[in-house]
Amino acid sequence: MTLNSLMPVLPELVVVIGAMLLLMLGVFRGEGSTPIVEVGALVVIAIAAVLIFMQPSAPAELFGGSIVIDAFARFFKILILIGAAAALVMSMPFWRNHKLNRFEFSVVVLLSVAGMMVMVSARDLIALYLGIELMSLALYVIAAIDRENVRSTEAGLKYFVLGALSSGMLLYGASLVYGFTGTVSFAGIAAAAKSPSTGLVFGIVFLFAGLAFKVSAVPFHMWTPDVYEGAPTPVTAFFAAAPKVAAIALFVRVAVSAFPNIALSWQQIIVFISIASMVLGAFAAIGQKNIKRLLAYSSIGHVGFALVGLAPGTAEGVSGVLIYMTIYLAMTLGTFAVVIAMRRDGGQIEEIDQLAGLSRTQPVMAFVLAALLFSLAGIPPLAGFFAKFYVFLAAIQGKFYALAVIGVLASVVGAYYYLRIVKIMYIDEPAQRFLPMPRAVAFVLALSGAFTILFFVYPGPLVAAADAAAKSLF
Amino acid sequence: MAVLVHDYLPVVVFIGVATVIGLALLVSPFLLAYQNPDPEKLSAYECGFNAFDDARMKFDVRFYLVAILFIIFDLEVAFLFPWAIVFGELGSFGFWSMMVFLGVLTIGFIYEWKKGALEWD
Repeated sequence: MTLNSLMPVLPELVVVIGAMLLLMLGVFRGEGSTPIVEVGALVVIAIAAVLIFMQPSAPAELFGGSIVIDAFARFFKILILIGAAAALVMSMPFWRNHKLNRFEFSVVVLLSVAGMMVMVSARDLIALYLGIELMSLALYVIAAIDRENVRSTEAGLKYFVLGALSSGMLLYGASLVYGFTGTVSFAGIAAAAKSPSTGLVFGIVFLFAGLAFKVSAVPFHMWTPDVYEGAPTPVTAFFAAAPKVAAIALFVRVAVSAFPNIALSWQQIIVFISIASMVLGAFAAIGQKNIKRLLAYSSIGHVGFALVGLAPGTAEGVSGVLIYMTIYLAMTLGTFAVVIAMRRDGGQIEEIDQLAGLSRTQPVMAFVLAALLFSLAGIPPLAGFFAKFYVFLAAIQGKFYALAVIGVLASVVGAYYYLRIVKIMYIDEPAQRFLPMPRAVAFVLALSGAFTILFFVYPGPLVAAADAAAKSLF
Repeated sequence: MAVLVHDYLPVVVFIGVATVIGLALLVSPFLLAYQNPDPEKLSAYECGFNAFDDARMKFDVRFYLVAILFIIFDLEVAFLFPWAIVFGELGSFGFWSMMVFLGVLTIGFIYEWKKGALEWD
């Protein structure tokens, strides 16, 4: 084990060492150092992203095969870094406006990013659990970062208790899988699990229950609306973006590379949670008055759609999931940029009614939000349509007709509540103006809006990258 | 499946017996014991003097903080013992792995020190 052999995990090392250096910088220079630490965290993320782009395309294994750096892992690491960077950029003006001055936020985000990077590279059950726990522990802390606020601490506590429960289920499943296959490596499990024995199926069920919890798929979604509503908005934006993408990546890798020979056993689970998530996400969001709760249900629904691509267990399906998560990341970050910008003199506004008449008071913001909502609903030619197109195409090719039909119906129901917001913005009598949008938030919104609206012009590079990444799993 | 269930039969029997005994011990005092309560019997017992107040009082959150910090460093020592026993066979890789671990832990320690978590007031 030489230092040279650690080169493939250099991006992870940069993130972890950067986080520790910034922590020391912050604690020695006091609260006044928050802006420096925030910029430092963005620099660390940028360096890690550049290093990932510079890595050779051949897959590299480390630590006895428990970590693999392949095209799939690199694809998701870039998404995770983008999500974290956007959330950090949007958080800066938010903390200033709310007189919250905690340099630890950037540091903890970096640590959770390190956990997610381990997760998407994990190729045995130990590395999987290490990554999940490193990510989750950091997330519990930032959910409660506004510790003077009762709702924020409640969100943190709720997330912690339920997250610990899910980790327990995941570990129990992992121990059963280990017990019935005699190995923790995904390749070894795939070789040993030729036929579904009772114990193995129990293990898969518990493992998937734990993972479904992390991606907030129905029936393990209960924490999502409360945590999303209670956590400070930039934290919610981060939750909806990076950790969800990382957990989906882990879900895909576990299903496809650890249990390829007993796909029939886990496909039933995926089909069930996918349908349940799509339907619940569509119907439960209808009655919501709080925009963060609405977006929480929307994200539950989107996880359901992404899992449609996993159900066939084919390379096309996985590629569809990758495209879906990329577009979902862009749309979510943009939508949350608007939620962060919903601010008046009295503070942050979260009621959907207060968006009334936005098209007359702030027409540009209203237009971009309308485009994002149309895209979330899956209306062509916006990016969200292509996301759904690729996963449904894969489902139909895999002969999952019922799943595809229910998915399309659920997205029609879902369109209602997205379009209702557009109607409130464009038809209702104007409410009071919001304060001007901070420039950092406007920057994220502009990027996300441009990606969503212009995706159909030049989708080639993303589709090619997703195909290459999906092939590296098969 | 049948074999699997058979393997677990002793555990099922054990759980059954444990449940029965536990419930019996819980329920039987209500049925068998002689009950004649009076205020003196029901009041909180404090050795040597009358009870001052309720046992459910607020106390300083810093007790928890100290307890958590203790657990962190206690776990560190729990890692050090097995490492020290096989140290000769691990070589320089084992040595530097532990140094990295201790280094990360020291950074956490410096953070808590500078934040004032170790000061009582």
